[in-house]
Amino acid sequence: MGNHVLDTTYIDFYKEKGKYSGLFSWIFSTDHKRIGIMYLFGMVIFFLVGMTLGFLMKLEMLTKGQTIVDAQTYNAFFTLHGIIMIFLFIIPGIPAAFGNFFLPIQIGAKDVAFPRLNLLSWWLYIFGGLLAIFSLFLAGGPIDTGWTFYVPYSIRTQTNVIIPLLAAFILGFSSILTGLNFVTTVHRLRAPGMTFFKMPLFVWALYSTAWIQVVATPVIGITIVLVIVERLFGVGLFDPALGGDPVLFQHLFWIYSHPAVYIMILPAMGVVSEIIPTFARRTIFGYKAIAFSSLAIAFIGYFVWAHHMFTSGMSETARFVFSLLTFLVAIPSGVKVFNWVATLYKGSIYPGVPLLYVMAFIFLFSIGGLTGLVLGSLATNVHVHDTYFVVAHFHYVMFGGTAMILFAALHYWFPKMFGKMYNEKTAKVALALIFIGFNTMYFTMFILGYQGMPRRYWDYLPEYTALHHISTFGSWILVAGLLLMFYNLLMGLLKGEKAPMNPWGGTTLEWTVPSPPPLENFDVIPTVTHEPYYHPNEEEKH
Amino acid sequence: MSEAIHSEIAEKAASSAGHSHHVHRDDFGAKIGMWLFLFTELLLFGGLFIIYMAYRQEYSDAFHLAAKELNMTIGTINTIILLTSSLTMALSIAALQRYKITLSLYMLAATILLAFAFMVNKYFEWGAKFSHGIYPGSEELTSKSSGEIIFFGLYYTMTGLHGLHVLVGIVLLAFMFVFIKRKSITPTNYIKLENSGLYWHLVDLIWIFLFPLFYLIH
Amino acid sequence: MSQEQHTADKHQVGYGTYVLIWLVLLSLTVTTVAVSGINLGNFILFTALLIALVKSILVVNVFMHIKFDEPIFKVFLGVAIMTLLAVFILISFDIFFR
Repeated sequence: MGNHVLDTTYIDFYKEKGKYSGLFSWIFSTDHKRIGIMYLFGMVIFFLVGMTLGFLMKLEMLTKGQTIVDAQTYNAFFTLHGIIMIFLFIIPGIPAAFGNFFLPIQIGAKDVAFPRLNLLSWWLYIFGGLLAIFSLFLAGGPIDTGWTFYVPYSIRTQTNVIIPLLAAFILGFSSILTGLNFVTTVHRLRAPGMTFFKMPLFVWALYSTAWIQVVATPVIGITIVLVIVERLFGVGLFDPALGGDPVLFQHLFWIYSHPAVYIMILPAMGVVSEIIPTFARRTIFGYKAIAFSSLAIAFIGYFVWAHHMFTSGMSETARFVFSLLTFLVAIPSGVKVFNWVATLYKGSIYPGVPLLYVMAFIFLFSIGGLTGLVLGSLATNVHVHDTYFVVAHFHYVMFGGTAMILFAALHYWFPKMFGKMYNEKTAKVALALIFIGFNTMYFTMFILGYQGMPRRYWDYLPEYTALHHISTFGSWILVAGLLLMFYNLLMGLLKGEKAPMNPWGGTTLEWTVPSPPPLENFDVIPTVTHEPYYHPNEEEKH
Repeated sequence: MSEAIHSEIAEKAASSAGHSHHVHRDDFGAKIGMWLFLFTELLLFGGLFIIYMAYRQEYSDAFHLAAKELNMTIGTINTIILLTSSLTMALSIAALQRYKITLSLYMLAATILLAFAFMVNKYFEWGAKFSHGIYPGSEELTSKSSGEIIFFGLYYTMTGLHGLHVLVGIVLLAFMFVFIKRKSITPTNYIKLENSGLYWHLVDLIWIFLFPLFYLIH
Repeated sequence: MSQEQHTADKHQVGYGTYVLIWLVLLSLTVTTVAVSGINLGNFILFTALLIALVKSILVVNVFMHIKFDEPIFKVFLGVAIMTLLAVFILISFDIFFR
């Protein structure tokens, strides 16, 4: 690449002297790397809060009746757990943290297209997050509608609904600005020779995601505004007492919130497409198929929203159409999985920690995906709708899928972002605990749901006791694993060995700059001449 | 857009990473950003138009009845005002491109004045409804049929959100006026004015659809 | 590339074109108001929307320069409009089949 900088002669971006120092050098920085790291820390903190809430919910379900909190508090818990995990952790998730840090580097740019807008979206993210937390302590009590804010309950309940809704609106704005920035960056700032088909697949995934962020998020914006307007002025649009139609709310809500599922999972699939070729030491199998399947998922994913509403009372025709369309998503997803597995085939695999996370992902995500088919087909959906089956399904997809890959990305890029290594052995133990705890906790939920345990209930019938015990027990193992993982990374950050420029043998551009990268990433903008996953030694092995 | 230009921009387009500020200028990129933003506006109003479609289907007769309350003359005048303001906006940019800065400023001022006129009209229109007791939650309105309540609910929400966009437009264009005065928008560097113009035309576009859907049902 | 790059003056639209389009838009407005007085039955909504569509095509192409801009903007706009249209069509499967 002709861009090697001797480690002794460069100043990494942490040490760069800027206009401000201390905390201000972070919160007023428009450097995409600093913003990425700020997002990462914000997300980890919100994740820990959400995790604690989830842990307490499982603890409450340990025994029948009241264990630690009353029913109203439990309602607030699952609402906040949802809002925090979805709007503050998993939607900004991989794009905001790793996308911000690595998208410009991977396409050979010095920053994103609109650095100040980027900083603004971080500020909006933090402001929205704090607003949501702040609303808990206001008179009226914490919101109890569930993260879906379904009307008419959300226009009737006396708890604080408007402020969390406002927070979600602001967070949506932040998400839009990130998407807008990424689309423009990919179109304008690619290095010479970096054609669209030479871009790393992570960039393709981010690009597809960015489009969904731009085109889908406004719909939740207007939906939220309408609920607020409804509460303030009673215009009647969602109020059945005045002639409004609550099913329309559900339509508008899911027109965003289903594509949002792809905002969450597509970047994760992008990270998988980075990690697998690196650790299999060979080029990705079916590069274009994976790139286009990202676009296809983004596209089809937009048109399946009403499969969340099979029991809402919408028309039979719509139920049929949306069930059919839902099955189409399986095609591009299948394309990806086949190509990943084909890449591993005959590769010289090095089972590093990130790859192990990816393996866990493929296993968990497959379960999540296959149970998705159960939910996507009409007949079976009616049986398991709004039960623990749904809860288990989306935790397998979102937690087992996206969050698992977020952790994989953290372990993959940690050396590059912080210039330190973590203890690989401890990381593997943590993963084992997470994997065992996860399955113990959530797989039981599939069975509970199939037997008829409804979601969001504070109490349960005696026949569910044994399975609830197992599930809660699993949550303890899971939390232990997560804490160990964060502890291990923290230790790595504080005391870890210095990381080399390219610890895993990666081939994309971020591995050609020092760890951590210098302020503007490249001394000279590189000229790209070959495919992103080009392994020169690969040919000889065959 | 050719690859050559792409890479040239990429080379030139250095960062403006907070610490060392060298300004880079990419008008093309700015315009892409603006269009993407306009799409978000399109989808925002799109959600409302979806709701409109659903309720018009459900309450077709009541919509016809309720629409009689609306003043078609004011609606038509406001349409003409907004269309004209779109013209003056476009002319303002065209004048600036031809180095006719005074003309550009006049045209921009005309745009802002027309926007004000639109809002004044809107004020009287809403005011008349209020004085007839037709507003969300009023006794008069809640005594009407569901379809009529929904019609006025939509009317106030959609024209209200549109009016909010007009207000934002006024502020935005006022800033552009000052920028031209202060020469931070010049005949060779006017992407800000151009993007504001795009925004203003979008506000017009939305009205083009709102007008027949509310005022022209008989 | 010099700092003097600016995008729109690849094609400067004349004052006359703008005024002409404005006149067409005004006459379309008059038409749509006039037509709304005639009882066309089911075609009232259709005509009104058709005229609005023609007006918006004019605004987008000329006032908003899409006609003169690089193809990428047309592609982008196409994506956004198609998405919105698809949502309208899909939601119709519920609304019109209840």
